[in-house]
This record gives sequence, C-alpha cells and structure tokens, in this order.
Amino acid sequence: MIDRSGLRSSAGKVGGRSRAAPWFPALLGLALAAALTFLTLPVVAIFVDSSPRDLIDSLGEPGALDALWLSLRTTTTSLAIILVVGTPAAYLLATRSFRGKALAVTLVELPLVLPPAVAGIALLAAVGPSGILGGVIEAAGIELSLQTAGVVVALTFVASPFYVRQAMAAFAAVDRTLLDASRTLGASEARGFLRVMVPSAMPGLTAGAALALGRALGEFGATLMFAGSFQGITQTVPLAIYDRFATDFDSALALSAVLVAVSGAILLSVKLVQGSEVLGAPQG
Amino acid sequence: MTRGRRRSSPRRSKSASGAALGAVWLTLAATLGLAACGGGDDNGSGGDRPRLVVSAASSMTEALTACAPKFERATVRLSFAGSDELAAQIRQGLKPDVFAAANTILPRDLNDEGLLSTPVEFATNELVLAVPRDSDIRSLDDLSRDGVKIAIGSGSVPIGSYTRDVLSRLPKAESEAILGNVRSNEPDVKGIVGKLTQGAADAGFVYVTDVNATDGKLTAIALPNDLQPTATYAAGVVKGANQPAEAHAFVDGLLHGACAEELDKAGFGAAP
Repeated sequence: MIDRSGLRSSAGKVGGRSRAAPWFPALLGLALAAALTFLTLPVVAIFVDSSPRDLIDSLGEPGALDALWLSLRTTTTSLAIILVVGTPAAYLLATRSFRGKALAVTLVELPLVLPPAVAGIALLAAVGPSGILGGVIEAAGIELSLQTAGVVVALTFVASPFYVRQAMAAFAAVDRTLLDASRTLGASEARGFLRVMVPSAMPGLTAGAALALGRALGEFGATLMFAGSFQGITQTVPLAIYDRFATDFDSALALSAVLVAVSGAILLSVKLVQGSEVLGAPQG
Repeated sequence: MTRGRRRSSPRRSKSASGAALGAVWLTLAATLGLAACGGGDDNGSGGDRPRLVVSAASSMTEALTACAPKFERATVRLSFAGSDELAAQIRQGLKPDVFAAANTILPRDLNDEGLLSTPVEFATNELVLAVPRDSDIRSLDDLSRDGVKIAIGSGSVPIGSYTRDVLSRLPKAESEAILGNVRSNEPDVKGIVGKLTQGAADAGFVYVTDVNATDGKLTAIALPNDLQPTATYAAGVVKGANQPAEAHAFVDGLLHGACAEELDKAGFGAAP
C-alpha cells in the first residue's frame, strides 16, 4: 500500500530528486523487517518448541553426546588441515601473479557453490573405493568411506574454500612495505611470511577459520553420501538430527539448538574479530 | 582492501568487472528462465487437471515413476523418502494427498492419530541380502567374518527394522557378530544401495526390488524362509488432502491398474 501510493507521487515529481521521498525509507524498513522475520523465525522456533529441561534431557542421551563429540573432533581435525595447507596456498595466490592464477583461484573456490550432494558424489568418484584414486588409497592401507577419516575428508572439501578465500583477501590487504622492510633487514621470505605476513593478516585469517569451522559443523549431504552414518564413527550432529527427525523430534530439536548456539557464537566471534559494526558501533 | 583495488588501473578493471557482472546476471536470468520453463511445462502438460502429491517409500521409486504419468485423473507429483520421514512430515502438518509406506505400522499409526484414511495393503516385498556382483559373500554366514563392511537401514525406517527382525532370529552370537560389522545406518534404501554399488560396503539388507533396479550391479541372496519377514506395503489418503477423490483413485490403482502392473514388474508381490 505504502509503496504503491509512493510510486505515484514520486512519478509526479521527477525533477525533485533531492527532495526526501518518505516512501523509500519506509520500503527499506519494510524489506528489512520481512527479511529479519523470515530469517529469524525458524531459528527462534527451535527454542520455543522445546523447554530448556527437555533440551538438556535429550542431550544426555548417549547417541547425542557421541554425535557432539564426533562433530567436535572431525571439525577441529579438518580445520587443522585447512589451516596448515590453506594458509601458504592462500599466501601464494594473494602475493604472486602467474599464468593460470585466475583459474587456480576459481578452482579453489568452486566447492563454495557446489551442492553438498554433488560434493558427495564427486568425492565418491574421486577417492571412493571404486573412484579414480580408490585403488591407490586402498593400496596405501587407508580407508576413508564409512570411516571417521572420510568425514574429515568431506568436511575439509566443503569448508576449505571459506578459509582460503578469506585468507587470500587478508594477505592481499597487508601493506607490502612491511614485508619488504623485513626482507631488506635480511629476513628470509619464510621468516617474513611467518613473522610479518601471518601476524598482520591474523584478523582475516581468524575470520576465515571461523567461517570454515561453521561450514564444516553444518555439513550434511557429502558426509552422508561419502562416509555414511554410524553412531560414534561417522554420525555427526547434522546426521544425528536427520536420524532423529522421524523418531525423536525433541532430541532432534535439542541437537539443532546446540548447533544454532555454536554457529551463532562462531558468527559473532567473526564479527568481533573483524571489528565491524555488529550492534551499530561506528566504524574506526 | 577496496582502496587497493581502486588504485589499480581503474578503467580496465571497471570494464572487466562490468563484463563479469553482466555474465553473472545473464547466468542468473538464464537459470530463472529455465526454472520458469520447467514450471510452465509442468502446468502445460497437466492442463487444468488437478495435481496429486504422492509421498511414497524410496523402494517404490522406479515402479511409481513409471506408472505415475499413466494416471489419468490428475498430474501426479511424486516425493520419495524413507517411510518414517514421510510420516514425520505428515505429523508436522505437511499434506500430501497419498501416503504409501513400506510397512503397515506407519499408516496404521497415522490412521489412529486421525491423519490418514484406513490404510489399504497393496503389495509385499522380500528382504534379501544384497552384494556387489563380483562379491565372494554367498550367504548370511559370510557376514560374520572379520572385516566385512555392512550397510543397513537405520532403526527408524522399515528396511532397518525388518533387517533387525531378521538378525534377531539368528543365534545370538551370529547376530551380534553381524551387527558388529555394520558400518553405516542409512536413512533410506537408496543410501544402502549407493554404498554397495560404490563399493563402500560389502553387503547390505535391502528389498529384492532394489536389487532388480540396479541392472545387475548387485546380486540378491535370498534369506531362509524362516527368517523372511513379511514386508507388506500399505497406503492411505491423507486427511485434509487437496484432491481426496483422485487420491482414493490412485490408491485403488496401486492394487489394480498401471501402478499395480509396474509394481509387479519391479518384483513386488501381490497384496496378502
């Protein structure tokens, strides 16, 4: 209603551009209200639908604890891998130019937009028992599918682009004169990377790590397809939620509430690290 | 960051990013266009026919997909998942028109709760031990060997509870050894079949119809008669369905009609 009448009145005064159009801020506010309601209502419902007492009771159940513990172990392991490999890779991509760099960046970022089911199929086709590298992996005595290691592989695949992307941006933003100064003072490039670049890029690296952690924590489809679902071995929290959805909705709600809380905490910590205007604080 | 980017040759990067932006929007527009066309087709072929939503157990995917287009009274939209999951959706207020489950318990429960019409039993299925074509597993006895990786249905889906029934009828030591080799509790039949065809698991318990649908990739090993559970399928019309008359006709068609034929072809048995 507001916007339609607003449109008509603004059409009448095309010339009056600088004049305040009261319908426009109202429209913006309306859009924000709609977005906020739509995005927060389902999350709020998780907590409204279950009493805190039920939540705690459901979490005491061994299957739920197993899932939480497994999720913790697999996400931290995959994050460690992502940090160790992703940091130097991102540094290289951010600081050098070489032929095919744009392609490399695109390839690294590709899993960002892949549907989880595609990731699951792709992992099976690549490193599954009958995948192209399946024989090599088996010969090396490594078992991935239906194993905890397989969960780590799936999480690392889907989550690493979140870190690498952020880390590239962070390295690119570091003032290069700092590194040059350290080099003129005789530091090796490795030393400059560790002592100058990484500390300077730390806020961005931390934010990237948190985002990757959040994505890994929520991974569902690729894990189920590649690693299966078994309590304590491959059944992470999202899989446990799905397993309980039909039989024990309360328990599914409880686990969902934990994920919401953890993910919320991760997001908040990213915002704090980045020092952005979380709650309207002015930008420095 | 933005300041750095702005500094580097503004004109070229501007036009390049303009082209890139154009490409992104073109892709988005094309996707939307395709989606709209897809939707248009759906409506177009249906004309003014009503749309019937059928929630059916995963194990009927091939059979119902083949017969649904032949249903004359409505355009059928099929939704396949584990029976328990579909039942849970109905309990959470989702209203498909028809619910066809891989057991009789879930439809009966929903009927008791006033969410489904009196269920009609329309087919039976046989539980088998499925193994990849080149497997050296020949019988249940081989399942208790060390290192055999087994995938079964999660306890909440019919396939999983049938499997546990069968195993519970074996001598305790044997059933424990087999359960000890279970590496994955899959949320539906497709998950088990996928793990087997991909070589991730060595053996699994599925319906004979699922093995038939793999075109020879999997081999079915029949279970001894005294272990065989009766897997009876039942369907009903969801209370508050949009198309109750068409839904009842569809359920009838599962017993006699194009869908009954397809079910038979897929290896389902006649209703008890």
